[in-house]
Amino acid sequence: MAAGMSLRRRKAVEAGSKGGWRLATPGVVWLILFFVIPLLFVLGVSFLSRGARGVIELPITLDHYARVFQVYVPVLWTSTWVSVLTTVICLLIGYPLAFFISTQKSAAVRNITLFLVILPFWTNFLVRTYAMQTILAREGLINEFIVGLGGEPLTLLYTPFAVVLGLVYGYLPFMVLPIYAAAERFDFKFVSAAHDLGANDWRAFWRVVFPMTLPGVVAGCILVFVPCLGTYITAELLGGESVLMIGKLINDQFISDRNFPRGSAVSMVLMGLVLIALIFYVRYGNRER
Amino acid sequence: MAAKAKNLDGAIDVELRHVIKEFDVPRKDNVRFRAVDDVSLQIRDGEFFALLGPSGCGKTTMLRMIAGFEMATSGEILIRGKAMQDVPPFHRPVNTVFQDYALFPHMSVLQNVMFGLEMEGVDKREAAKRAAEALEMVQLPVASDRKPRQLSGGQQQRVALARALVKRPQVLLLDEPLGALDLKLRKEMQIELANMQTELGITFVFVTHDQEEALTMADRIAVMSLGKVLQVGTPEEIYDAPNSRFVADFIGETVFLPGCLTRKDGMFGWVQFDGTTIETKAALSDTNIALNANVTLAVRPEKINLFAADGNVKFPDGSSDSAEVYKTGLRRDPDINIVEGYIKSANYIGTDTRYTVNVGGQHDVVVRVQNYGLRSDTSFTQGQRVNVFWDAETVRVLTQ
Ligand SMILES: Nc1ncnc2c1ncn2[C@@H]1O[C@H](COP(=O)(O)OP(=O)(O)OP(=O)(O)O)[C@@H](O)[C@H]1O
Ligand SMILES: [Mg+2]
Repeated sequence: MAAGMSLRRRKAVEAGSKGGWRLATPGVVWLILFFVIPLLFVLGVSFLSRGARGVIELPITLDHYARVFQVYVPVLWTSTWVSVLTTVICLLIGYPLAFFISTQKSAAVRNITLFLVILPFWTNFLVRTYAMQTILAREGLINEFIVGLGGEPLTLLYTPFAVVLGLVYGYLPFMVLPIYAAAERFDFKFVSAAHDLGANDWRAFWRVVFPMTLPGVVAGCILVFVPCLGTYITAELLGGESVLMIGKLINDQFISDRNFPRGSAVSMVLMGLVLIALIFYVRYGNRER
Repeated sequence: MAAKAKNLDGAIDVELRHVIKEFDVPRKDNVRFRAVDDVSLQIRDGEFFALLGPSGCGKTTMLRMIAGFEMATSGEILIRGKAMQDVPPFHRPVNTVFQDYALFPHMSVLQNVMFGLEMEGVDKREAAKRAAEALEMVQLPVASDRKPRQLSGGQQQRVALARALVKRPQVLLLDEPLGALDLKLRKEMQIELANMQTELGITFVFVTHDQEEALTMADRIAVMSLGKVLQVGTPEEIYDAPNSRFVADFIGETVFLPGCLTRKDGMFGWVQFDGTTIETKAALSDTNIALNANVTLAVRPEKINLFAADGNVKFPDGSSDSAEVYKTGLRRDPDINIVEGYIKSANYIGTDTRYTVNVGGQHDVVVRVQNYGLRSDTSFTQGQRVNVFWDAETVRVLTQ
């Protein structure tokens, strides 16, 4: 950066001077109307009090935040570890899968396998989650099989296990696709070069292949982790009362308790967690290559 | 390259024995393409060995087999007498400078050069020190914490060289390392590389499709075509005594004249130009060529001389002789061939003038005459009658 400005910056500046910003106007207006303003609104509400029958009123208070950190820490914790576990499992499955697909010689095979990966998107998420319920239920497919073999039925549904399974199933494609993009760009001549310099397969992977595909990995992790944190449907249908996650908590505050300020405070905390994840992304995923 | 004082009688470093490499042809079952076709080579310790051939002749494939990235379909590869069949690339005592360098984009220049040492288990401090020395040796003039993409092609080439040399390999494989550089830098690097090789005493196997590069740099050259090695020899042998039409054509400029072998005597043969009565003596590329066989004469334009058939011949010292007297003098040497012809065209190209001389009505010989300061009068005009002559040793008889 001796010139003081990266190429990307310079391009952006040049584009800006040619009126590039005007092209962004529709997007900017959209974001202000439907993101920034509502967000500020939620932020404001989170500092107000709840009156009788859910009315929002003064005085200004920090009570809701205090309560989130006093009472709901277990919920934050559950959400975090379920999301982390889901992300790790998706990564462990998705990384080899993405590489397997990207190294197929025939373009037809590559396209078909990619198609299979995104095939579940063709049915509604809710339908798929209900399907998962019928598989995991006490009289579900798995337990029928176990009982048929003479075993005791297992408690599968309404456990953290079921939630993680459902999340992995739902979000795996979001892990595979960005890693696939990185893997496809990866040139195996770098592995040859590493071998040539004395690296065995293991070290060639960790010193060369993995760092060079890291942006895809980080993007995939963010794309899985962030929606997992805020998940509602999966936690509700597969976790039930036993797995309380932030998404469900927010829903409960707004819908059942009609406590808008507290719901807003929980939402802001969720945003904070997402922000931490995004800072990771900016730091490690977005490096210029 | 007069300073080359190498002892090349030493051990054999790399040996290929009947190496064949076949690739599957996509979409065609059971059709296999031979990229390397029964190659046997011996590369000596400390030698600068060039693999020369046109694009697609199998040079990279051969290098990749020596490095271990590609397995030979059949045949043997030995390094220092040890069969390499089951030795993976990371255990072979060779390093490669890749055709497009393959520098790791996520590492700095220094980290790239350190990588090979770290794989050997050298500790970080020592590795950094040795890497810095290697970078100094290749005279990289920029900060070593830069990323490869921030360097010019020439600088990247130096990093690639340092990254391989820092490992002190027995054999360094270089795949057209200068291919991406502009002409001037290329010439500089040719000299630098050749000097470095002499100093380090590491065996270089250097792939190139540039015949001039091979001639100026290498101790020995293997000329390849369509997966086969056609000839192996020193630059002088390859240039002066090509064993086939392909080699003669690929290296330097050559004019080919078709004819028939009428007589043989030891290393020499007499060839009658097709459709004429002109008969000339030339060196046989192969003493087994049958009499009356159809052959080709390979003639180097710069080895042919020219003088006017009429009038006087002037010499560099200013003296002159009549053409007839000069011709009679030349005739006394049995190895000199003199043929009459006329200038068909003249082409001035600065340092030289290229004349196309028609001999015997249907054959054209190209003659290159240097434009000396002293002999500005030796230019010939179109249509002028001339004599061309050459030494029998400088013209080769090739089978077709
Ligand atoms: N992996 C492969 N699969 C199929 N064919 C291949 C493969 N690698 C090389 N070939 C073929 O083998 C032949 C020789 O290739 P190679 O790369 O060795 O040529 P080269 O002499 O290095 O050419 P260049 O000067 O262009 O680098 C080419 O026809 C090429 O198409
Ligand atoms: Mg090549």
